[in-house]
Amino acid sequence: MRRTIRFLRKGETVEVEQFAPRTTLLDWLRLSERSTGTKEGCGEGDCGACTVVLRRLVDGRLVPAPVNACILLLGQVDGSEVLTVEDLAAEGRLHPVQQAMVEHHGSQCGFCTPGIVMSLFALYEAGMAPDRQEVTDALAGNLCRCTGYRPIVDAAFDALARREEDPFVARRQQVAGKLAALADEADVFVGSDQSFFAAPASIEALAQLCLAHPDATLVAGATDVGLWITKALAELPKVIWLGRVAGLDAVAEDGETVTLGATVPLSRARDVLAGLDPDLGELMRRFGSRQVRASGTVGGNVANGSPIGDLAPALIALGATLHLRRGAERRSLPLEDFFLDYRKQDRRPGEFVTAVTLRKPAGRHFRAFKVSKRFDEDISAVMGAFCLDIADGTVREARIAYGGMAGIPKRARAAEAALAGATLADGAAMERAVTALAGDFSPLSDHRASAGYRRRVAGNLLRKALTEIATGDDAATRLIGHREIRHAAE
Amino acid sequence: MRQSEGTENLTSRGATPRPSMRDASSRPPATTGGAAVAPVAGDDGTTLRYVHRPLPHDSGVRHVSGTALYIDDIREPEGTLHVALGLSPVARGRLRGLDLAAVRAAPGVVAVLTAADVPGRNDISPANGDEPVFAEQEVLFHGQPVFAVVATTRDAARRAARLATFDIEEEPPSITVEDALARGETVLPDYTFGRGDVEAALSAAPHRLEGVLRIGGQEHFYLEGQAALAVPGEEGDILVHSSTQHPSEVQHIVARVLGIPDAFVTCEVRRMGGGFGGKETQATQWAVIAALAARATGRPCKLRLDRDDDMVVTGKRHDMRADWRVGFDGDGRILGYDIVFNARCGCSADLSQGVVDRTMFHADNAYFLPAARIASRRLKTNTVSNTAFRGFGGPQGMLAVERVMDEIAARLGRDPLDVRKANFYAPGRDETPYGQTVEDTDVLAALVAQLEADCDYRARRRAVTAFNARSRVLKKGLALTPVKFGISFTLTHLNQAGALVHVYQDGSIHLNHGGTEMGQGLFIKVAQVVAEEFGVGIECVRITATTTAKVPNTSPTAASSGSDLNGMAARIAAATIRQRLVEFLCETYDVAEGEVTFRDDRVFFGNESLAFADLVKKAYQARIPLSATGFYRTPAIHWDRAAGRGRPFFYFAYGAACAEVTIDTLTGEYRLDRVDILHDAGRSLNPAIDIGQIEGGFVQGMGWLTTEELVFDAKGRLATHAPSTYKIPVASDVPQDFRVRLFTSANRQPTIYRSKAVGEPPLMLANAVFCAIADAVRAARGDGLAPLDAPATPEAVLRAIVGAL
Repeated sequence: MRRTIRFLRKGETVEVEQFAPRTTLLDWLRLSERSTGTKEGCGEGDCGACTVVLRRLVDGRLVPAPVNACILLLGQVDGSEVLTVEDLAAEGRLHPVQQAMVEHHGSQCGFCTPGIVMSLFALYEAGMAPDRQEVTDALAGNLCRCTGYRPIVDAAFDALARREEDPFVARRQQVAGKLAALADEADVFVGSDQSFFAAPASIEALAQLCLAHPDATLVAGATDVGLWITKALAELPKVIWLGRVAGLDAVAEDGETVTLGATVPLSRARDVLAGLDPDLGELMRRFGSRQVRASGTVGGNVANGSPIGDLAPALIALGATLHLRRGAERRSLPLEDFFLDYRKQDRRPGEFVTAVTLRKPAGRHFRAFKVSKRFDEDISAVMGAFCLDIADGTVREARIAYGGMAGIPKRARAAEAALAGATLADGAAMERAVTALAGDFSPLSDHRASAGYRRRVAGNLLRKALTEIATGDDAATRLIGHREIRHAAE
Repeated sequence: MRQSEGTENLTSRGATPRPSMRDASSRPPATTGGAAVAPVAGDDGTTLRYVHRPLPHDSGVRHVSGTALYIDDIREPEGTLHVALGLSPVARGRLRGLDLAAVRAAPGVVAVLTAADVPGRNDISPANGDEPVFAEQEVLFHGQPVFAVVATTRDAARRAARLATFDIEEEPPSITVEDALARGETVLPDYTFGRGDVEAALSAAPHRLEGVLRIGGQEHFYLEGQAALAVPGEEGDILVHSSTQHPSEVQHIVARVLGIPDAFVTCEVRRMGGGFGGKETQATQWAVIAALAARATGRPCKLRLDRDDDMVVTGKRHDMRADWRVGFDGDGRILGYDIVFNARCGCSADLSQGVVDRTMFHADNAYFLPAARIASRRLKTNTVSNTAFRGFGGPQGMLAVERVMDEIAARLGRDPLDVRKANFYAPGRDETPYGQTVEDTDVLAALVAQLEADCDYRARRRAVTAFNARSRVLKKGLALTPVKFGISFTLTHLNQAGALVHVYQDGSIHLNHGGTEMGQGLFIKVAQVVAEEFGVGIECVRITATTTAKVPNTSPTAASSGSDLNGMAARIAAATIRQRLVEFLCETYDVAEGEVTFRDDRVFFGNESLAFADLVKKAYQARIPLSATGFYRTPAIHWDRAAGRGRPFFYFAYGAACAEVTIDTLTGEYRLDRVDILHDAGRSLNPAIDIGQIEGGFVQGMGWLTTEELVFDAKGRLATHAPSTYKIPVASDVPQDFRVRLFTSANRQPTIYRSKAVGEPPLMLANAVFCAIADAVRAARGDGLAPLDAPATPEAVLRAIVGAL
């Protein structure tokens, strides 16, 4: 049992043994370390002004990840190197991304700039080639209100193309060594039984801790829990972080299925899912931002039960099974059955999600569409996922699920039934299925969309999916995310 | 009047007009320092070395290094306390009681402040006396500050602030324009101006149309939220660090609320993390509350708003309903135009007089209106008080008339660009509805003609039409719209500025002026002007924080006026010192004034020269004063609001944009395919900074008209109070094919180096995006209509296509 958290900062190991479990990394940086280069723009992981880069050892490799420090718990940096904007310039020389930002006039008011620099630094460190989609994806979680982004994108291209030697390359080995020395398999428990930050190292330890403290808050990426702290001012006296649990982030694959461990980051899930179907890749590309995907996890997104989370409808359409554990007891259920009502899931006190298994769409026809006010880094007004098993032009089985249409991610069973046995050429059957959606959903009006818009778009997405499957083409029906475009790994 | 120097085009960093986001290999030329680049000819034939150069932002290196300090980054003085606000949970009602016992008892709480703790006047309004620091009997909007908590940490203050119990007798609030119209409640009297007999013109016109356009508001979303740090001094003195565009107003209102003379208060700001008008009047309240807290506790106090609170408690761009009627001839020429702007001003007047006046001043945009009635209502609602936002009302006026142009074109079956051109101001058709003559009608005609050719408008129109004929789900739209924007504060007395320049004995120069830096590059531009005056490198000019202690009684940095006013004032200050140095040289070395030149950090006279620093040292020893103030007031302008006549604007800035979009008729989503912009910044003081203003302004305007939607619920609560729900553009929203160029012709008015103001005008270039989306909607409907309101969210687009949803 380790009673501190440890991380690497400016080449030195920092050990913290007393901190409120809800302490965010940003508050620690600005208020304790008094490094004010990292800014708070929104306090909810949306604007990216607080972006810092964590470097972690993954399979012996040093992997940089941009994260939103405002909603990341301090304890979550255990075992990482924390890099902020102050750390990039060395020996009086700006880092290539900083230099390019200055030369391209990439800053105006400068307040978003530290976050943008760190996002570009992460891209640079990851060895990305200059590609517009990669650059705009890397910036999707960084709002700039002044420049209109053009000079920032130009700066990114320039820096990535220049690839000048920078001190980070030389220091990589050294940092990897220091992180390896920090790595241990100890359970971490900081605080008392009444108030603690715990990070168990094994599933067994996690199961015991959850039983002992069924009132504790389970934290995976904190991309939602972080807002409970910064906006709802939740106390969160007991926090169990899943990030150290060995094996909980496993990805397993067989011929028919893929199983994603609960703590698989959304960034890694994106890579896996993109390999299954381009629409899954596009969906994950538009899921939050790179910062959110670096922290957020598959299990967290599912267990959180958001009615508008983008992963659940896609997984339901794919026929996913959720795995849970409580103490020594394990159970599995169809994912759609996990969601009971608005923000109410079939998860008992002390129980936790271990993994989700999905059926690969191979041999079936999969389509997913996300509709939001803004393409990137927005929450769905309506998200529709469609998986059709078709033989000889006839639908054998249709699995359709929507987000944003009910209090939970939900299957469109009436529409599915209307399509079963229909031929793709049968326009009347398509319209019957669209009509049947009215029986499946009674959406609400809110600030994202009206009920009327949601209803009509839900039907139109079904039309779009069926049209594309029938024609095998999406050039005439899509503005973005065409299926022939491959998605690079992140 | 000077002749135009023709149209010399500058693009971003002098690059070719390429789709700038694609070419990764090209590196920009180095843009550091002034001495390395070749001199250019000035307005009067002199050689210029420092102005007209694409120098980087003076804080660029600090921005990228995290060392540029904003309010919350200033090292807190020992014992600093933190302030959080208690906000009204209802939009309208009588405050019967307020139980603060739990707040006072909360951990870390040092003081709690309410209206009763205001020693001076409980009023932070800029002029009208209608805006309290803290609500007293009456609650005016959901989120109105009612009290403040002062505590040892920000976290403790925020937690305590939520523990109050309000006793409010709730009344039904007015939320929408319609609510306010039904109640007839206004914050200021209705106001109308115009020319000619509109009713006669309308009834005689061969064609008539009428319509209603709803135009949404806009949240500023400056990345740095509102913040202030107040540090008490001796005998009631107070220093307020405030993220404000208007330090003088903060100073005056802090004094008013504290009940002390202005001279006891100093307000200072080095930079803001964005302003956009949102910190013109509305930074004041937070500075005042920090100052009240500092006075109450005797300790430094900081108030930094949480983002969600910031969005709830600060005003936005005015949303409006424009009701219009137009009569026109067979060529689409307007004969009569009647429009009423119903502006939602919120709970108080704030700047609504000037904002809505500017809507009216821009109801014509670039078009001659032979008969016009431009009317406005300033409606009072139980929502946060709407305020200045880049464009200051102008965008709404211009968007309405662009809608009218499109409707006329659709009715006549003509290309909208042809209708627009037919209506442009021209010789003989050059008087605005408010009596100012447009003296340079040739500039916009030339600019639009050039953009039309450069962007291949006609061929692309044919391609769009062909695409729409064959595409069922996806439809394209194209629009080319002009911008004519009046430059000057319409409140004439604000058109003044001061500067203070010191030259020290080592030759280094201290520059100060009343303008504030919010990212727009004002400081580097003014420094370029001063470097030019003294012939020294830009690094010799130390840019310093704006402070009311150095330059008093300043105007807000607003109305795009920063460089025009402060650049001129700084030049005058620098020229005063320079002239003293020249006279000293002439006396000492017996040379004529005409033989003295300042360049390359030296002063040349006769056959000799001296290092600038050496000259300065000699001048000091000869007891020559090396400090001077400069003062500038804009000439020629006047405005008689009662008569609705005058010359409110010194000049006009022009621009035009062409946008092409594709919409998805199944979802209402859209993609911006290409944008071409040609914008008139006069002879740009700094082309790189100006390109940045143009691109940034355009993208901000695009956000206003597309994804940025403010939603208030029936109880007056803002539902879109965070970036998770309020969507400003991100990098991928900016078209890959984005071609921005400067249309350079010297300002015909004697502005600073014949440049033109560039802060606000480019925002309205985004009208092209809205008109292009409407064009695509028209193509999708096929009945000639495009009932699209702003913002054109996907839902608004789909509704415009299919009718009710």
